Amino acid sequence: MSQEDLKRQEIIGTGIPVPGNDIDTDRIIPARYLKCVSFEGLEEGAFYDVRFDEEGRPKDHPFNDPRFQGGSILIVQKNFGCGSSREHAPQALMRFGMRGIIGESFAEIFAGNCTALGIPAVTASQETISALSETVEKHPDTQIVIDLVRKEVTCGSLKTPVEVPESARQALIEGSWDTTAQLLANQREIQSTAAAIPYIRWSVEA
Amino acid sequence: MSQNLFDKIWDLHAVKTLPTGQTQLFIGLHLIHEVTSPQAFAMLKERGLSVLYPQRTFATVDHIVPTGDQHRPFGDPLAEEMMQALEENTRAHGIRFFNLESGRQGIVHVIGPELGLTQPGMTIACGDSHTSTHGAFGSIGLGVGTTQIRDILATQTLALNKPEVRRIQVDGVLGQGVVSKDIILYLISRLGVKGGIGYAYEYAGSAIEALDMEARMSICNMSIEGGARVGYVNPDQTTFDYLEGRPYAPKGADWEKAVTFWQSLASGPDAHYDDQVSFNAADIEPMVTWGINPGQAVGVGDTLPDLDSLPEDERPTAAKAYEHMGFKPGQPIAGAKIDVAFIGSCTNGRISDLRAAAAVLKGRKVKEKVKALVVPGSMQVAVQAHEEGLDDIFKAAGFQWRGAGCSMCLAMNPDKLQGRELSASSSNRNFIGRQGSPSGRTLLMSPAMVAAAALAGEVTDVRKL
Repeated sequence: MSQEDLKRQEIIGTGIPVPGNDIDTDRIIPARYLKCVSFEGLEEGAFYDVRFDEEGRPKDHPFNDPRFQGGSILIVQKNFGCGSSREHAPQALMRFGMRGIIGESFAEIFAGNCTALGIPAVTASQETISALSETVEKHPDTQIVIDLVRKEVTCGSLKTPVEVPESARQALIEGSWDTTAQLLANQREIQSTAAAIPYIRWSVEA
Repeated sequence: MSQNLFDKIWDLHAVKTLPTGQTQLFIGLHLIHEVTSPQAFAMLKERGLSVLYPQRTFATVDHIVPTGDQHRPFGDPLAEEMMQALEENTRAHGIRFFNLESGRQGIVHVIGPELGLTQPGMTIACGDSHTSTHGAFGSIGLGVGTTQIRDILATQTLALNKPEVRRIQVDGVLGQGVVSKDIILYLISRLGVKGGIGYAYEYAGSAIEALDMEARMSICNMSIEGGARVGYVNPDQTTFDYLEGRPYAPKGADWEKAVTFWQSLASGPDAHYDDQVSFNAADIEPMVTWGINPGQAVGVGDTLPDLDSLPEDERPTAAKAYEHMGFKPGQPIAGAKIDVAFIGSCTNGRISDLRAAAAVLKGRKVKEKVKALVVPGSMQVAVQAHEEGLDDIFKAAGFQWRGAGCSMCLAMNPDKLQGRELSASSSNRNFIGRQGSPSGRTLLMSPAMVAAAALAGEVTDVRKL
């Protein structure tokens, strides 16, 4: 993919409200789904134990709700993604269809993992999240636009500012969120930094 | 104003400021395990990249390893596949793997310190949020996701935003029967599970300084449960004494240089912090979580909170917790009947944890119908426990003595709760479904408190035994 293809400036889609504070990574993707060597198929496990009972029958959950089918923008509350550093969590959501997420707040590692996948995690006030959720519940087909350049979300007639860490915003807009090549480009500086760290010179032999 | 430890270590490892404003940070020690690494190695292969510093990368198997029958192939074919992937990846890249044959296998955050790999002044990364544990040595321990593991493998660096630093001072003397696990549960109950987002936590004060290294590790381990990705304690003589002579600790002339370097790291007396809070150790009781996140905790003598006594934004989660756990506001936590007792995890699976639990169990028996298991944090902990006769004490009391691994902390292996079982657990998370059953329920507490609950068949104040 070229850097052009990697640019994330506007995310356009319909919404899926996932209510509740402190939704943790065990809930987003139960640990048994982490028994894998690839991320393929993880979408099956997204919110599994909240979506299905122990016989596999669907429960009442936004991800099962036909009104929100095809939605790509999650609307969440406080401390979303708390718990583990498992990238499997945003991977499962992404493979389920998530392309952007708007919340009151995110756990730090989860938000970083989203950026690493090119998925904007932007924050808004409790009132804004309420308003967005209400609009989507009433009119699920409402187009939502996350505009990272203007730091704004549009949802029907609602247009509201959102927050996003500047470094994440830059990385998404520029298409530099896939960091490996960028980091690797600084090989000389990596070596010279290492050379100046005292413990690097000591033996790492047992 | 002088620098705090976090600033010193950050500056030492900062390679460059990136166009996004993030820092490219050199990682001194990269620990990997079987769950979060396979996809990272696959991405490396796809991109034709190799591991830049294999000599600074060490692997173990912990999350999926069975603690019962550890013969290969593992009973679970998915677990076996992950094990083989790690074997192949470490072999292909020349990375040391403390596998089951090495005698040094164990939970990643137990073996790093016990092998002397974890040292003051380092930046340490691992694809696991409890990497904060290593901060107990005066290092910066960072939990990262799989894509970041790819970055570290390929470049030995990460792109990171620098957090702020909150100093948490705990002074005074801990009461009898109150231990470091109680300190961290208390702090999280006071500061909240979101309180640390964007912060590194520095734990300081006389009560912290009085703790040994394993106790400091229990505290730093659960920093992430308070929202803080990083948590640390300034290194001191206790730290240096712990490290001396360990397999990967510096030796000879390097040892002298190391101590000199390590002595320069502690936060200065007038160091800058972005926030400071203080607590009195004497206020802390043995703690027990009652809900579905680690912040929902009370002293063992307390009753559970009324919803309207809680901050407004905590009430919905509390209501959900009461529903899931089957508890009621106003009821005491003591007396809650348990089905399972689990001692282990990267929080409390070390030799001092086993000693503390064994001291409670000696000469006594686990209550009928309580399933009790003890899982040493590493093969070396198991060996030492055996030498001290602790395994016999556990077995005589009615505990199953298991092989080393993450076990029931997160149930990616056969050790799981069944149905609505309620466990007393020395681990770090009580999220719904965490211990392997969607309707299972977890109470977090110290190892001695787990032992007490196992004997009584219910949550019990260990100080009264």
